[in-house]
Amino acid sequence: MAMQLTAEQQALLNGEKGEVMAKVMKTLVMYGETFGAEKMVPVTSDKGHLVTSFGLKMMTPVFDLMDQLLNAGVVSKQKFSVDPKPFDPNVPSDFLKNFVFKKFMYSKQDSYNEQLRKMGLLNDDAYTCACYLDEVGNTPKKGDILSWAESSAVAYANSVIGARCNRNSGIIEMMGSIAGFVPYFGLLTDEGRKATWVVEVKCKKKPEAQILGSAIGMKVMEDVPYVKGMNEWLGTELNADNKAYLKDFGAACASNGAVGLFHIAGLTPEAVEMGDSIVDENAQVYVIDDAELERVKKSYPVMWKNPDATPKLCFVGCPHMTMAQLKEWTNDVYEGLKKNGLKKVSIPTVFTAPPAVCDEFKKTADYAKLQSTGVVLSYICPLMYMNNPLAKKMPVITNSNKLRTYTTSRYYTSEEILDIITKEAK
Amino acid sequence: MKTFKGRPVVPGKATATALVSHGGFNTLASFQGALQFGDKQAKCGDQNNTDIYEKPMVGTALCLPQTIGSTTGGLVLYCAKVMERCPACMLFSEHIDSLAAAGAIIGSVWTDTPMPTVDCLGEEFLNTVKTGDKITVYEDGTVTIE
Repeated sequence: MAMQLTAEQQALLNGEKGEVMAKVMKTLVMYGETFGAEKMVPVTSDKGHLVTSFGLKMMTPVFDLMDQLLNAGVVSKQKFSVDPKPFDPNVPSDFLKNFVFKKFMYSKQDSYNEQLRKMGLLNDDAYTCACYLDEVGNTPKKGDILSWAESSAVAYANSVIGARCNRNSGIIEMMGSIAGFVPYFGLLTDEGRKATWVVEVKCKKKPEAQILGSAIGMKVMEDVPYVKGMNEWLGTELNADNKAYLKDFGAACASNGAVGLFHIAGLTPEAVEMGDSIVDENAQVYVIDDAELERVKKSYPVMWKNPDATPKLCFVGCPHMTMAQLKEWTNDVYEGLKKNGLKKVSIPTVFTAPPAVCDEFKKTADYAKLQSTGVVLSYICPLMYMNNPLAKKMPVITNSNKLRTYTTSRYYTSEEILDIITKEAK
Repeated sequence: MKTFKGRPVVPGKATATALVSHGGFNTLASFQGALQFGDKQAKCGDQNNTDIYEKPMVGTALCLPQTIGSTTGGLVLYCAKVMERCPACMLFSEHIDSLAAAGAIIGSVWTDTPMPTVDCLGEEFLNTVKTGDKITVYEDGTVTIE
């Protein structure tokens, strides 16, 4: 079905604002029509969020496209944040890695940063996948229509905040922010937000967010799950701990499957408002118990050449950590080391968080405590750090299921990670 | 020969050898190594996809249910298209997902050589087609398997 465009939108498509803007419109119209959208709706959020933060040489076609847009004066109507930077001098590295990163892989980083600034980047600290955290300044309101990408941010904004955003790809999200409207389909509609799976959690202990999310993502793929049985552990208040839990849960759902929206019974905004009526009448059922979570965890392949190797690096914070997580981890590591008679972590460890959260954290007493443990605090994207042949060969451990999915890093639960880094290395 | 009829998302004609992924195709995990390190065959780098892991993807008729994973998926497909590391066509048994659609459409609007993309071919299509089969896709979304 052809989309009904307003006179202004039709004029853009016809080339009234130039050939490049017409191509932006054509892209959005084709995209919408593929999903049966009958109209465009205004982007109502204050800010956008882009997924592409990395000046990887392989992305040259994207940089060329950005040049086409900028040269034609076609820029974003709203300021935006963007995913984390791919390197940080504070993160353990070596001469060879630095050489490969700067001279080969990310040789386009500076010029791409400049393109982002010209396109509408919020500020030089707006590089994080967790843009919705209060400290960052890009928290949409419930009901806002977004033109965002970054699978974990979209899942969080839809599910925990109640904003409305499709699982847009990189480039498409920028085109929505340029046009100021997006095609109306999928997760923007009431119908598209209904749950098509009921997940019954019947575990005896609080499920690890990253494994529960992984199991659900692998099962429901791009469908919308309604998760029951979590109130015993999460309660009914969206407090800082629950938001952090759902951030990690959603990232695993989105990367191990393609979940863009989840509902947690009695907790997330639309589940609270609508209760069981949010579930589609033909919804399928997935029962999860401790054995199912163990089965899923055991299914993760170990990609290390030597599975018994001593880890060389540990990443915690994919997606970026919240302030509450940073404080909790700092204290857990500190106390763990003390209990085990150690002063520094036994495996080089990096905690990652948004630049604004790092800045705030550095003002607290906990920062000195973290420094004393030897853990490095960084704004880096661990996924991008791992995306090179040198890091690929390193035995890296993480508690992130997203990082595990896209790299050779090995997944352990948070409890296991804490145990590994606070004891003598084998 | 078996014939299936789908919906052309990006119309076009192509003949290629089938490469079949029965599970969701993770675009970033599959392509990132190939694009970054000059693998002209674009061997699949997704360790979770046992159907096609380490198999060359360039020039194939990639048959799949949907794509999954990072929202960089569309731009990764677009880069693969411009860098000539992409499949000859993509054939989806289910309705195409938003990430793959973005990649196929951006490739269609912003390059001169669109990659034929067909969706809604049905579950039977994916149950029938085998890696190595000869596939022809037509402008109207018809797909033949030999």
